[in-house]
Amino acid sequence: MSRLSITLNRDDVAEAKKTAKTIVDDVFHFINKHTTDTIERTVLRYFGVDGVDAGEAPLPNVVVDHLKKKGVLDTGSAYWISNACVATGKDPQTIAEAVGTNAMDLTTVPSQPLEKVYRFAEETANKALDRVESMRNTRDGLLTGLGDNRKPYKYVIVATGNIYEDVSQARAASEQGADIIAVIRSTAQSLLDYVPYGPTTEGFGGTYATQENFRIMRQALDEIAVEQKRYIRLTNYASGLCMPEIAMMASWEGLDFLLNDSMYGILFRDINMKRTFVDQYFSRLIVALSGITINTGEDNYLTTSDAIEKAYAVTASQLINEAFAKKAGMKEAYMGLGHAFEINPDIENGFLYELAHALLSRELFPNATLKYMPPTKFMTGNVFKGYAMNTLFNLASVFTGQDIQLLGMLTEAIHTPYLQDRYLAILNANYVFNNARILGYELEVKKGCFIEKRANEVLSEALTLLKHTEKVGLMSAIREAHFADISRSEEGGKGLSGVHRKSEGYYNPVLNELEKRLGIEVES
Amino acid sequence: MNEANGKVFIDPKQLTSYGDATNDGAVQLSFTLPIPHGALAKEAAKKFVQNLGFDKSEIVTMEDMKEGYTFFVVYGHTQKTIDISKIKVMEVNFRVMSREETDAFIQEKIGRPLVVVGATVESDAHTVGLDAILNMKGYHGDYGLERYKMFTVHNMGSQVLCEEVVRKVKETKADALLISQIVTQKNIHIQNLTKLMDLLEIEGVRKDLLAIIGGPRISYELALELGYDVGFGSGTVPSQVASYIATTLSERTEMA
Ligand code: B12
Repeated sequence: MSRLSITLNRDDVAEAKKTAKTIVDDVFHFINKHTTDTIERTVLRYFGVDGVDAGEAPLPNVVVDHLKKKGVLDTGSAYWISNACVATGKDPQTIAEAVGTNAMDLTTVPSQPLEKVYRFAEETANKALDRVESMRNTRDGLLTGLGDNRKPYKYVIVATGNIYEDVSQARAASEQGADIIAVIRSTAQSLLDYVPYGPTTEGFGGTYATQENFRIMRQALDEIAVEQKRYIRLTNYASGLCMPEIAMMASWEGLDFLLNDSMYGILFRDINMKRTFVDQYFSRLIVALSGITINTGEDNYLTTSDAIEKAYAVTASQLINEAFAKKAGMKEAYMGLGHAFEINPDIENGFLYELAHALLSRELFPNATLKYMPPTKFMTGNVFKGYAMNTLFNLASVFTGQDIQLLGMLTEAIHTPYLQDRYLAILNANYVFNNARILGYELEVKKGCFIEKRANEVLSEALTLLKHTEKVGLMSAIREAHFADISRSEEGGKGLSGVHRKSEGYYNPVLNELEKRLGIEVES
Repeated sequence: MNEANGKVFIDPKQLTSYGDATNDGAVQLSFTLPIPHGALAKEAAKKFVQNLGFDKSEIVTMEDMKEGYTFFVVYGHTQKTIDISKIKVMEVNFRVMSREETDAFIQEKIGRPLVVVGATVESDAHTVGLDAILNMKGYHGDYGLERYKMFTVHNMGSQVLCEEVVRKVKETKADALLISQIVTQKNIHIQNLTKLMDLLEIEGVRKDLLAIIGGPRISYELALELGYDVGFGSGTVPSQVASYIATTLSERTEMA
C-alpha cells in the first residue's frame, strides 16, 4: 500500500536542494570563524559548571562575563577553566564558584603545560558527550521497549507557568491520548541571555525552560509511559539567545524534541542573525548527537504573511533548514520541518490549497518527521467554528501522511489552553484519525489537476526565491524581507555583542569532539 | 409576560437569554471540575450551576478527563433578567470617514501631516495587529495609516521598551501614540501600559499627546481606566483609527 502522492517536477526538486546547500555553505564561512557567549557557556556546562552565585546569576554566565571583561573569551572558555583546574587540582565547578566570589582570576593563574591542559579538557569533554550518548541509548531503549505511537503523533502544549501544575496537566493529557507534551516557555524567555536555574512556579503564558524543570517533566512522563505502556515524548524550545545551552540541557535530561530553527529567532524575536547562525550550528551538533528531533518554525511565516501568496517562503525556508541540519550531521528522520494549515477560511477551495501545500512538504521531504501546525491566525472567539476548522486540519493531516500533529485548540484566539480545551482537541484528533486512518492509501490525487499543479507552482516559486537568495546571500535576503515579510539587518537585533571572532588559539574540545563523533569534516 | 398578536413580548426591563423560546432563559455552559468522574461529580456540577443562578439545569455530558478532572456541558435555565434601559454603553463618538475624506479633513482643519508613533511594548512580540493598522497594506481591504497622505508613521515594531517609546515620541514630536498589547496573561498588559503612562507623565509628554491602545482584550473602558484616550479591540480597521485621530486632534486644535 502506498500513501497519497503527487508528482513534483524533479529538476526543480534537485535544483532547489542544491541551491539550499550552496546558500548554507556560504553562511558557514562566517559560522566557522566565530563563537558566542552562549556557546562558551555551553562548554562550561558540559564541564559541570552549574548553579548560581550569591546574586542569582548562573555560574556559566559569571565565568564567561569574567573572561570577556579580561578580553580573553576569543580563546574559548575551555582553555581557561581547564588551565585553572590543572593548576589547582580542583574541578570546574569549584573553580567557577571561586570566580563567582571574586576569589579567583582565571587569567592570572599560572599557565600550565598546554598538553596537560588539553588532555584535561578533552577528557572532560569526552565524559560529557559520553553522557549525552548514554542518555540517547537509554531513550532509544525505552522507546523500543514501550513501543512507539501511531502517526500523526498528537502533540499538545502545557503552559501553566508552574512546572508542578504542568506535570498534572501533562499527566491528564497523556492519559487522554496525547503522544507528545511540549512545555511552552514563559513569554520572552528567548530574550534572556541566561538560562534560569532550578524548578520554577511563576511564568507568563508559559513555564521557564530550566534544566531542573526538564528533569521534573521527563521523570513524570516516564512514569506515565510505564503505566500506560507507551512512550510519551517531551518537547521544549531552544530558540533565542541560549540555543546551545538549552540544547545541552535537553541532551542531558533526555528530551525528545526541541524547537530549533535556523531563522525563527532572527525573524520573530529579533535576535541578531549572526548570533543565531553561529548558535544554531552548535546547538544542532548537540541535538544530532543526542538523537533529538528538531522542530522548525516555518508555520510562523504564515501569521505575518498570507498563506497562499507566500506559501513558497515556507518551502524555501524548509529547504534552508534542512541544509543547515545536514551540515550539523543530522539524519533526515530527526528533522521536524514545519508547515501549517493557515489559509483564510473564507477562501473557496482553501482545503485543496492546504492539501497541495501539505503534500508538497511530504513529497519534498519523504523521510523527514514533518511538523504540521494548526490554524491560529484565523481562529476567533467563535470557538465552535474554530473546532470545525481543527477538524479539517486533522483530516488534511491523516490524509496526507503528516508525522507530528500540533493539535489545534478551539480557544486559540483567547488564552493558552484550558485543560478541557486540550481534552476536546485530543477527542477531535482521535475521532478524525481513526475515522480516516487509511483514506490516503485508498484515494489518489488526479494527475495534472489543481492539487498537483498548485504544489508544483509553489515549488517553482520557492526555487526562484532560493536562486535569488543564493545570489545575494542569506543575510541580505533576510534584510530584503523575503522570509515572513520581516526585515532584519546584519548588525541589528539582540545579542550581537555576544558574537566573537575566534582567535588563532581558539580551543573548543566540545565542538571538536561533536564534529568528530558526527563525522563532520570542517574545511578551514 | 405580555402577549400581543400571538407574539411574545420582549420586555427591555426584564431581558433574559433566548434558547428556542422567548424568555426561556437558556444558557449553554461548559466547564471542568477538579474532581473525579462519577456520581458525586455530577451532583456537584448540578449544585454548582444552581449557585450560578440556573434553577433548572441539565447535564448533557459528563466526561472523564482523567487525573481527577471531569468535563461538563450543561444547559441551564435562569430566572435572572436585566434591565437594559438602565445600561450606559461607553462609546467613542466619531464619524468614520474614507481615507480620502480623512486626508482632506486633516488638510483643512489642521493643515499639516500628523505624526504617529506605533509600537508593541515590553515583552510582547506580536506585530500583526499593529501592522494591520499602520502598514500600507492595512486590514480587510482597508488601507493602513502609512497609505494616508496626511499621516507620517513611525512604526517601531515589537518588544520595544517603554523608555524607547517615550524617546521616540519626543524626538518626532508625535501627535498620536499607538500602542498594541496582545499578550494579556497574568495581566501583563496592565503592568506594561501603566508603566508607559507613568513614564509619559514623568517626562511631561502626556498632555499634548493622543494616547491610543489596541489589542483583542483592549476596550475603551480599560483605556480610560489606565489614563489613555481611547482603546480599540478585535476587528478594528485602520480607517476607524485614522478618523478618530483626525477628528479628535482637530477638536483639540480648535479649542486651543
Ligand atoms: C501570530 C501569533 C503569534 C506570532 C506573532 C508574530 C508576529 N510578528 O506578530 C508568534 C508565533 C511569534 C507568537 C508568539 C507568541 N504568542 Co502568539 N499568537 C499569535 C496569534 C495566532 C494571532 C495573533 C494575530 O496576529 N492576530 C491577527 C491580528 C490582525 O489581530 P489582533 O492582534 O487582535 O489585532 C487587531 C485588533 O486587536 C486591533 N489592534 C491590535 N493592536 C492594536 C494597536 C492599536 C494602536 C490599535 C488601534 C488597534 C490594535 O487591530 C487589529 C486589527 O483588527 C494569536 C492567536 C489568535 N488567533 O489571536 C496568538 C496569541 C496572541 N499568542 C499568545 C501567546 C501566549 C504567545 C507566546 C507568549 C507563547 C509563548 N509562551 O511562547 C509567544 C511569545 C510572544 C511574545 N513574546 O509576545 C496568546 C496570548 C494569550 C493571552 N491572552 O495572553 C495567543 C492568544 C495564543 C494562545 N491562545 O495562547 N504569537
